[in-house]
Amino acid sequence: MTMDRDCSEALQTTVLDAMNNTKALQLVGSGSKQFYGREAQGEILSLADHRGIISYEPTELVITARAGTPLKEIEAALLEKGQMLPFEPPHFAGRGTIGGAIAAGLSGPRRPWGGAPRDLLLGIKLLDGRGRILRFGGQVMKNVAGYDLSRLMAGALGTLGILLEVSIKVLPKPPHEHTLTFSSQEQDGWSLIHTMLRKAIPITATYSQGEQHKLRLACHEQRLKQIQGTYGMLTVDHQHGFWQALRDQELDLFQQQRPLWRLSVPPAAKLNLPGESLNEWSGGLHWLISDHPASEIRTLVEKQAGHAILFRNGDRSNEVFHPLQPRVAELQQKLKQVFDPKGIFNPGRHYSHY
Amino acid sequence: MHDRQSLARTFRQLLPDECVIFREEELIPYECDGLSAYRQVPLIVLIPYTTDQVEGILKYCNLHQVPVVARGSGTGLSGGALPHEQGVLLSLARLNQILEVDCDNMQARVQPGVRNLAVSEAVKVHGLYYAPDPSSQIACSIGGNVAENAGGVHCLKYGLTLHNVLQVTMITIDGEKVILGCGGYDAPGLDLLTLITGSEGMLGVVVEVLVKLLPIPERQQVVLAAFDDIETAGDAVAEIIAQGILPAGLEMMDNLSIRAAEDFVHAGYPTNAQAILLCEVDGTDDEVSEEILLVRKILLQSGATQVRTAVDEQERIKFWAGRKNAFPAVGRLSPDYYCMDGTIPRSQLGKVLKMIGEMSERYKLRCANVFHAGDGNLHPLILYDANNPGELEKAETFGGEILELCVAVGGTITGEHGVGMEKINQMCAQFPDEELQTFHDVKGVFDPHSLLNPGKAIPTLARCAEFGAMHVHAGKLRFPELERF
Repeated sequence: MTMDRDCSEALQTTVLDAMNNTKALQLVGSGSKQFYGREAQGEILSLADHRGIISYEPTELVITARAGTPLKEIEAALLEKGQMLPFEPPHFAGRGTIGGAIAAGLSGPRRPWGGAPRDLLLGIKLLDGRGRILRFGGQVMKNVAGYDLSRLMAGALGTLGILLEVSIKVLPKPPHEHTLTFSSQEQDGWSLIHTMLRKAIPITATYSQGEQHKLRLACHEQRLKQIQGTYGMLTVDHQHGFWQALRDQELDLFQQQRPLWRLSVPPAAKLNLPGESLNEWSGGLHWLISDHPASEIRTLVEKQAGHAILFRNGDRSNEVFHPLQPRVAELQQKLKQVFDPKGIFNPGRHYSHY
Repeated sequence: MHDRQSLARTFRQLLPDECVIFREEELIPYECDGLSAYRQVPLIVLIPYTTDQVEGILKYCNLHQVPVVARGSGTGLSGGALPHEQGVLLSLARLNQILEVDCDNMQARVQPGVRNLAVSEAVKVHGLYYAPDPSSQIACSIGGNVAENAGGVHCLKYGLTLHNVLQVTMITIDGEKVILGCGGYDAPGLDLLTLITGSEGMLGVVVEVLVKLLPIPERQQVVLAAFDDIETAGDAVAEIIAQGILPAGLEMMDNLSIRAAEDFVHAGYPTNAQAILLCEVDGTDDEVSEEILLVRKILLQSGATQVRTAVDEQERIKFWAGRKNAFPAVGRLSPDYYCMDGTIPRSQLGKVLKMIGEMSERYKLRCANVFHAGDGNLHPLILYDANNPGELEKAETFGGEILELCVAVGGTITGEHGVGMEKINQMCAQFPDEELQTFHDVKGVFDPHSLLNPGKAIPTLARCAEFGAMHVHAGKLRFPELERF
């Protein structure tokens, strides 16, 4: 097992040097998400050695760890106390660090019910582009002192600074989860799932691909039988590891070497997608394999109040994230200036303009 | 210096006459928000009807360097909507429409002046509700909730305002409309929505909010447990969490609050208890029955002297009425009270309450404690009489000391009420200079001339230097016995 280590000082020296020489740094944890975002530039700065759980208080529902701590290690520690990371972060090829999970801001199938990294992130220790070590937020669940700059880091792809430490809200892991499966026309499947959601059936994940649908429910067996009785046509699926395979993109759809699009839309959005697709989050997240022009795909989801990310493959030298309203883009660029005036962290990884 | 009469003339060209309030006697009602100890008559009050009017007002103010303080229902407890003597008080009260209820997506699009409870009332027929429920929910507005990132008694399970808002439309100080967030579960780019939520009107004016709705739980049930020792009650809370239960609400009151609430609403509280816990669970009928049994068992094993499950809905509401009316109830014990809002790691509760007790003796002011035990948010209520010379100042110093204690044990000076004007000095205790400077830089990104709610939420470094000099007597920090976080 790798030793826990605090590399803050060494990292700070590297950052100060990069700042003084205006040298771009490419921040890398385990490298599990190298495919994501625009093409990375700069010298690789590995955060993998800066690792270790600093504190974990199960009764406070908070864990604090260094950026390079593997997700596996964190999840194992939580599981021992019957708890979990509620956003069910993807591990991609069994790897992934907590810093990378927060920086990428990606969530797994539990997202609509468990929250996203930005929802669970309570506090950070940040090494910014001026070489300053700053603390925002904390380890308590309610904290409205000052602007919430910690949550701003979730999904920022490391463009604002290095997350030296993160404090995350954790939750009890449901003692029992079951998978139900059924076949029906796409729209009917969505309607059934939606009816169940409106009735507060304890759904913790959904999956639909064509006429195949699956639901994950957090309840004991007796309740499961009741639900089957009420809604009919639902059979228990004993296949293990399905949700993990969906989370980590190990299903067949994801194996194609063609552009994979991630479409985030309101769950009831009716999309006529140009290609092979599946959806999760009760229809709020669609994965689409398509060679269609980016502009067409983006227009399609924009009409449904959503946004599209070119997630894997395709042209990464162009924008992969959805274009921003000009004023919003300007605000973001100015925020980048606050934290990283020399533009040393992951330049161009998020958007071409910073 | 801006002149009231000429500003009034200008704005009456921009807005209908009734939207411009400028007569001295009509301005008085706006001189304070829920924190009435701080008062300031604004130069002028504007109450526009439309988003376009808000844009026009901000454009004018930006061009002519007029400070703007946005105000919702004015229920805030930290002076966040305290007017600026040289500025516009911009009331969003007339932007009060629920624009759209989308049952398929379980969302509602509302204007900022809509009352919190009005959202839940409007969507009840669809079996839905809006989860955040600050105690002031019958009066407070959604816009104010976004500005303060308001909480409530159900935060542990259902989150803060932040977790229940999907998108906001905001007008920047120069009058441009920006949309932050998305109709889906996430949005592209940096998450500016999280930054705006809780930013206390310092970065822009929110004119539209898309909120998330949840299905109304089939059943809610509450258990009341009495303890003869407050630390035992704190341990019971930890044990409930450790057993994997996530209650919908988990509240604690100390003896003084219990007695005050009992006198006021006759909630059926045991007045001889040193602490009570209210633990609410929700879900389906079966789930609730099962969890209630488990909660009862844990509470008894944790040393509760009495555990009562509400026998019917009427009693459940009565149990909650005591807690929800704790502030006014305590208010009856004394001419004035001062409500604090620190958050602490729950494990520090015993120590913190003991030290608050000692401070109470030292300051010779009574203090009642009400606690969102599930999420560590503590509301000490300091009783004082403003008619006694010096007593308000004493209460403020006492309160400041409590907040600094919260920071020292690893917590924060404000869990849900915001910094506003009230806790601006304690921000110096919580944040070092570099962090404070970063906050100012972020403010500068949105509001380069500092026209939006100037002087609130983030203290200047000069102010902190002065405050620090006052507080660190002879080089000694407060609470030297505590480990620093």
